[in-house]
Amino acid sequence: MEYVIEMLGIRKEFGSFVANNNITLQLKKGEIHALLGENGAGKSTLMNVLFGLYQPEGGEIRVRGKAVKIANPNIANDLGIGMVHQHFMLVENFTVTENIILGSEPTKMGTVNIKDAAKKVQALSEKYGLDVDPYAKIEDITVGMQQRVEILKTLYRGAEILIFDEPSASLTPQEITELIQIMRRLIEEGKSIILITHKLKEIMEVSDRVTIIRKGEGIGTVVTAETNPDHLAELMVGRQVEFKTEKTAANPTEEVLHIENLVVTDYRNIDKVKGLNLSIRKGEIVGIAGIDGNGQSELIEAITGLRRVKSGSVKLNGKDVTNMKPRHITEEGVGHIPQDRHKHGLVLDFPIGHNIALQTYYQSPIAKGIVMNYKKVSEKAQQIIKEYDVRTGNGEMTPARALSGGNQQKAIIGREIDRNPDLLIAALPTRGLDVGAIEFIHSRLIEQRDKGKAVLLVSFELDEVMNVSDRIAVIYDGQIVDELDPKATSEQELGLLMAGQSKKNKGGND
Amino acid sequence: MSNRVINLLVPIISIIIGLIVGALVMLVSGYDPVEGYSALWTGIFGDSYTIGNTIRQITPYILAGLAVAFAFRTGLFNIGVEGQLIIGWLAAAWVGYAIELPKVIHIPLALIAAAAAGAFWAFIAGFLKAKFKVHEVIVTIMLNYTALYIANAIIRNLTDGGFKTERIHESASLRSDFLRDITDNSSLHYGIIIALLMVALMWFILEKTTRGYELKAVGFNQNAADYAGMSVNKNIILAMTISGMFAGLGGAMEALGTFQNASIKAGFTGIGFDGIAVALLGANTPLGVIFGASLFGSLKYGSLNMPNAAGIPEEIVSIIIALIIFFVASGYIIRVGLQKLSKKKEGQ
Repeated sequence: MEYVIEMLGIRKEFGSFVANNNITLQLKKGEIHALLGENGAGKSTLMNVLFGLYQPEGGEIRVRGKAVKIANPNIANDLGIGMVHQHFMLVENFTVTENIILGSEPTKMGTVNIKDAAKKVQALSEKYGLDVDPYAKIEDITVGMQQRVEILKTLYRGAEILIFDEPSASLTPQEITELIQIMRRLIEEGKSIILITHKLKEIMEVSDRVTIIRKGEGIGTVVTAETNPDHLAELMVGRQVEFKTEKTAANPTEEVLHIENLVVTDYRNIDKVKGLNLSIRKGEIVGIAGIDGNGQSELIEAITGLRRVKSGSVKLNGKDVTNMKPRHITEEGVGHIPQDRHKHGLVLDFPIGHNIALQTYYQSPIAKGIVMNYKKVSEKAQQIIKEYDVRTGNGEMTPARALSGGNQQKAIIGREIDRNPDLLIAALPTRGLDVGAIEFIHSRLIEQRDKGKAVLLVSFELDEVMNVSDRIAVIYDGQIVDELDPKATSEQELGLLMAGQSKKNKGGND
Repeated sequence: MSNRVINLLVPIISIIIGLIVGALVMLVSGYDPVEGYSALWTGIFGDSYTIGNTIRQITPYILAGLAVAFAFRTGLFNIGVEGQLIIGWLAAAWVGYAIELPKVIHIPLALIAAAAAGAFWAFIAGFLKAKFKVHEVIVTIMLNYTALYIANAIIRNLTDGGFKTERIHESASLRSDFLRDITDNSSLHYGIIIALLMVALMWFILEKTTRGYELKAVGFNQNAADYAGMSVNKNIILAMTISGMFAGLGGAMEALGTFQNASIKAGFTGIGFDGIAVALLGANTPLGVIFGASLFGSLKYGSLNMPNAAGIPEEIVSIIIALIIFFVASGYIIRVGLQKLSKKKEGQ
């Protein structure tokens, strides 16, 4: 069998920390090879070794059977290896073509020859079914299209082997379907693909073989057709994983949150929440199901005081908190796991310990008057790090930036739950996390419910909403269009409601 | 090599490389580097007189450096230290000569006036940024010019067309017979103690108070600060105001210590702009600012001796001083070099 790339027994160390140990990955020509592992397992390190960003301490890399030393990304490019990064490396106010040729601009009499380049981009995009407008500006196109530009960038440079780093992390379900088609088309045209992901569903759907790494160790390679998601999850995490979180029936009591006729505008002053009504009681988890952009962000920001309410009211434990300051609302008993943990949830340049004090830094016992007691901050941080199994390299003084996404999220959840709020708002709490972390977070949310707290869960993942919620409220165009019992509904029914089909058109129900 | 050794070696090697390149410049232009550097050395540490004057020169640099560093640490770029310092200078001089009070009240009052004047000048930039999102770099640059010309106009008005204010009263002066006597009649004054107290104050605010925690959080991530219920606008204005306070005190050092008056200036003093380099050299930490200011102040004062003692023209002296500072500032290059070197050794 011919392998286009062989990474044999790769070892990579950072000081005393071993990020990769004895990992072997062999990519056949024309296959989609998934690289599976939890966050922080060493997937990105391995790919950075292949792409020439890191030098391995041991092992061998062969490209088309020949041993090579990849000292920098230029050599990787020359070998036909291209990387589609998770966080796109695009210049926002450049056009598609300008971005693609950046770094290897074709010139004609000393000036950049955009026209020919654009033609070449057009030809490439037609050949591989990558629909883009060569003259569109990056800032004007969708995330899915930006990703296609990233793919075109590698193809333009003659890549034969494409590495996709968590390609579906920021895409909508529709865009993910398109991406899968694109990957299949690339294979038909003779390319080979390494797909880095921790989404088992995608692996089952698209890959030929899977190489699994766990905590930096190579676990092995399996043929996708001969395995199943449960087995893959077990290989990845090292133990059995529960996909369906076990929970008892809910026992809701008094009302905690009461929202009436809420209207909220977005930054352009357009109404995004349009007369929304919602009520949550103690001891239940209410899941908001909906497609991104139907007013979920604005709803949460209005409840937490981060965005002004245009009209309507938000009541917390019977008290009107409409348009109160965020701090006031927090102190009234709201915990908020924000949907963008890097933007709102953390000060990435602070140590993780200081982040754990973000909501309580001004209160006793951490603060005495104007003086802050950093010893108390450390104590609190150590307690939460332990309780919530936050894995840090260097204890509570590790910069928040250095933690993996899952561990950052665990720290935020620990911080919010530790304040013992009556209402816990969890916005996309498991976005971008692996199955182990997802399982942990879901059980924590249910634990809060069992303690008699109210939990508001917002998610774009249907599985999550259906598994965790006790009641599902479907949001569409700024309104709750229906409330459902998760046990008595189906993905199809939810999907239709989320797309704006009203229940009455659906026909009989049994 | 451990990180600790590298941290120690970097500044030393940087200064040595800077001195070597400076020596080359002297050689090429036909001067004796040994003579040149010994003139620099005696200019800084030669006797108690030069040491006194070197410390006096370092004092305003510390305060200007603190002003820039404090703003940096809270996510702001205060280019207006120069203007805030000029306004502080004028305020201190005016309180110094226009009123007569006992020393224990007069000096603190003059210092407070300078701090308040500098703080107000910076507050304008902070307020405009917080309320109208005007970038503080533009506002502070422009406020430098307004400060310079307003101060000149006020001095002209106060003195009926003269070019400097009356001398401040003895009760407002930071000079002392004691300091003068032990330093052989240098113009060393008690300002250095105030500067060092401010170093401690900056450290205390940033590292020990809840306000410092807020200021840093707002500086790093306004969205997260907002989420945590902090008032972003209030903190921006406050950060700028505190920064301006340090700058204003820097001006007070000149008014109450070095010059004992305020005079009409043809151009900027340069202290405020050098404060940017001082802060960067000191990595924006309070202790680092002392290091940066010492380097700047010593070279600045010591180099005055080079034209006299070694016959090197002022222009060449400026080039040499700039080169030394350049290499200290490019410590990063040396750090990377050292790390590569130690890696190679390990590999063998």
